Amino acid sequence: MSNAIAQQRGLGAMIWDYITTVDHKKIAHLYLVSGGFFFLIGGLEAMIIRIQLMKPDNEFISAGLYNEMITMHGTTMIFLAAMPLIFALMNAVVPLQIGARDVAFPFLNSLGFWLFLFGGLLLNVSWFTGGAPDAGWTNYAPLSTTSAGHGVDYYVMGLQISGAGTLIGGINFLVTIINMRAPGMTYMRMPLFTWTTFITSVLILFAFPALTVGLFLMMFDRMFGSAFFDVTAGGNEIIWEHLFWIFGHPEVYILILPLFGAFSDIISTFSKKRLFGYSAMVFATVLIGFLGFMVWAHHMFTVGLGPIANSIFAVSTMAIAVPTGIKIFNWLFTMWGGSIKMSAAMLWSIAFIPSFTIGGMTGVMLASAAADYQYHDTYFVVGHFHYVIVGGVVFGIFAALHYWWPKMFGKVLNEKLGHLAFWPFFIGFHLTFFIQHFLGLMGMPRRYWTYFEGQSLATGNMISTVGAFLMAIGTLIFLYNIVYTAIKEPQASADPWDGRTLEWSIPSTPPFYNFKQTPLVRGLDPLWIEKMEGRKGVTPAEPLGDIHMPNASVLPFLMSLGLFIAGFGFIYQVDHNAWFIAVAVGMGLTLGSMLTRSLKDDLGYHIHKEDLVEKGDGK
Amino acid sequence: MTDHTDSTSKHKIDIHKKEHKEEMIHQVISFTLMILFTFIAFGMVILEISSYFVKPVLILLAVVQVVFQLYYFMHMKNKGHTMPAMMMFSGIAVAILTIITFTTIIWW
Repeated sequence: MSNAIAQQRGLGAMIWDYITTVDHKKIAHLYLVSGGFFFLIGGLEAMIIRIQLMKPDNEFISAGLYNEMITMHGTTMIFLAAMPLIFALMNAVVPLQIGARDVAFPFLNSLGFWLFLFGGLLLNVSWFTGGAPDAGWTNYAPLSTTSAGHGVDYYVMGLQISGAGTLIGGINFLVTIINMRAPGMTYMRMPLFTWTTFITSVLILFAFPALTVGLFLMMFDRMFGSAFFDVTAGGNEIIWEHLFWIFGHPEVYILILPLFGAFSDIISTFSKKRLFGYSAMVFATVLIGFLGFMVWAHHMFTVGLGPIANSIFAVSTMAIAVPTGIKIFNWLFTMWGGSIKMSAAMLWSIAFIPSFTIGGMTGVMLASAAADYQYHDTYFVVGHFHYVIVGGVVFGIFAALHYWWPKMFGKVLNEKLGHLAFWPFFIGFHLTFFIQHFLGLMGMPRRYWTYFEGQSLATGNMISTVGAFLMAIGTLIFLYNIVYTAIKEPQASADPWDGRTLEWSIPSTPPFYNFKQTPLVRGLDPLWIEKMEGRKGVTPAEPLGDIHMPNASVLPFLMSLGLFIAGFGFIYQVDHNAWFIAVAVGMGLTLGSMLTRSLKDDLGYHIHKEDLVEKGDGK
Repeated sequence: MTDHTDSTSKHKIDIHKKEHKEEMIHQVISFTLMILFTFIAFGMVILEISSYFVKPVLILLAVVQVVFQLYYFMHMKNKGHTMPAMMMFSGIAVAILTIITFTTIIWW
């Protein structure tokens, strides 16, 4: 609504509107656009990697640049593409699913986004200032502490800033889901996407501090002469590995869980059935979150932790297959006997099940500590985690975007183009990564720049590269679909999929205050219950009244900009003390904005009842 | 009708008073115990009892004190605190797990 007004006032006003917005729906757009942008950059890096590995003894890029490519591909895809795309979905959907008018802390929501974006930009500036980070996305010491140039410094500062944003976002969603559910929305009536967002936020809250600590230690080792990871000075580089993976393993569950939730909602909607085993699904989600903290050392079986530690972590890792299996069977049973509609969202969801199961199976293989000595650091591992991350997270993001696009942008993505994008991506995905398991078993190590002729690795790598190109084609068709839909497709109705949950009870796109009257939730799948009883909308829980809304603010942008500037100062003060000026300016801007926020009361404003009546159904 | 409401509200006030009294007793008891624990802690160190005994007992007493503090003085035993309690215990569990790892696997 306010968006339309902004467009009339021109582009500048619209940009200003987005910079200052605290509306969770617009922040979702921001997350989607910037996450999509980084996804394309990460994809481009992947294509360069695959071209380099296309044939033996290739010299498409130099060995040093190759190290930068693999590091930035991993870092970008995990921190700057997958995380924000998930936050885009969470922002767009969770407040609507629980019947809330916004998240608990709209200001912090905006701050979380800008911190992420400036952290991501800082990381990518390194390409133009003498070399990107090149110690792998895991950034193991001592490779990282001794890496020449400023690449790894950018890694440390960029991830520290964007990690703070993620932590803020996670806490925000925790409080939102605990405190802002509509009347009647008990925990066991929450849609699965909300449940998984909840558990993911818990994981963010407990996992990200480990990364923060690790990055601070790394920052002091590289910039201020400390020796936490320097063995010759009494440090220990294994500390980094533990801190990284105490964060890093929950991180992969942070990535996949929200999409498990999205798949649950999608499969249930397009099978026209209540989700099979709802409480078992919730239990499995909680269990995955819980076990996710006890398995990190399975990334470190070959470090030499000893047989007892290795056995404990092997067993706990295998245990995670149980709740995941529960989920897989529940999805299958949800479809069983349902009246399935093969929409694009459903197609991605169905393709996810076997793809992810293959990844899970190789995961159990890797969990066996003794066998892992054979697989470790080979392409088998690369094949495994791409099967779970692409086959789970990326398929999930595509499915969820098709499903919630009408709620986010008011138009249904073209179904024909959706199917057309799916097939090259799906076939390309299996072509790229299935063969990599065998390359790994044949002894091809990961992160190596090239391989020799006569090692029988050429055919497999060629197949893999062809697959990568097919995935790129699929992505391009999806992008074309977005443009085509924006121009050609008609406005979507409030409920294009015959949905079951609250977000489909309000117009697409929703008015900026979401619900004119807070809905009354009378059970699981609240909208479906009302439909089955012949009502059109959801029963309201309150009479029409004034709505309290937060004011827009530019402060989150300024705070993050300040940290961005200070980041450069920290990186380059090693070379010259004058760079401390940048630290002072940046931190001054950040702390000044924080002071302004603290001292200036901002109580928001009210939308009056009379204005709501005038607007009819809120359009 | 009015009488009825009056009597119920009076009844409610009575219950409230009773609860208040009980809470007061709880707080006084836990306060006394905490002071007692502090004396025991200091006493053990002053009397130079073997450190193998003192260290675990000190830690135990400290944990009990934290529990008293959280549950009786910060009202975590009252209703509506299940979620904060769950979050705190999960956080403590993760932290303990990290400490166990560092003390056993890395520095052992």
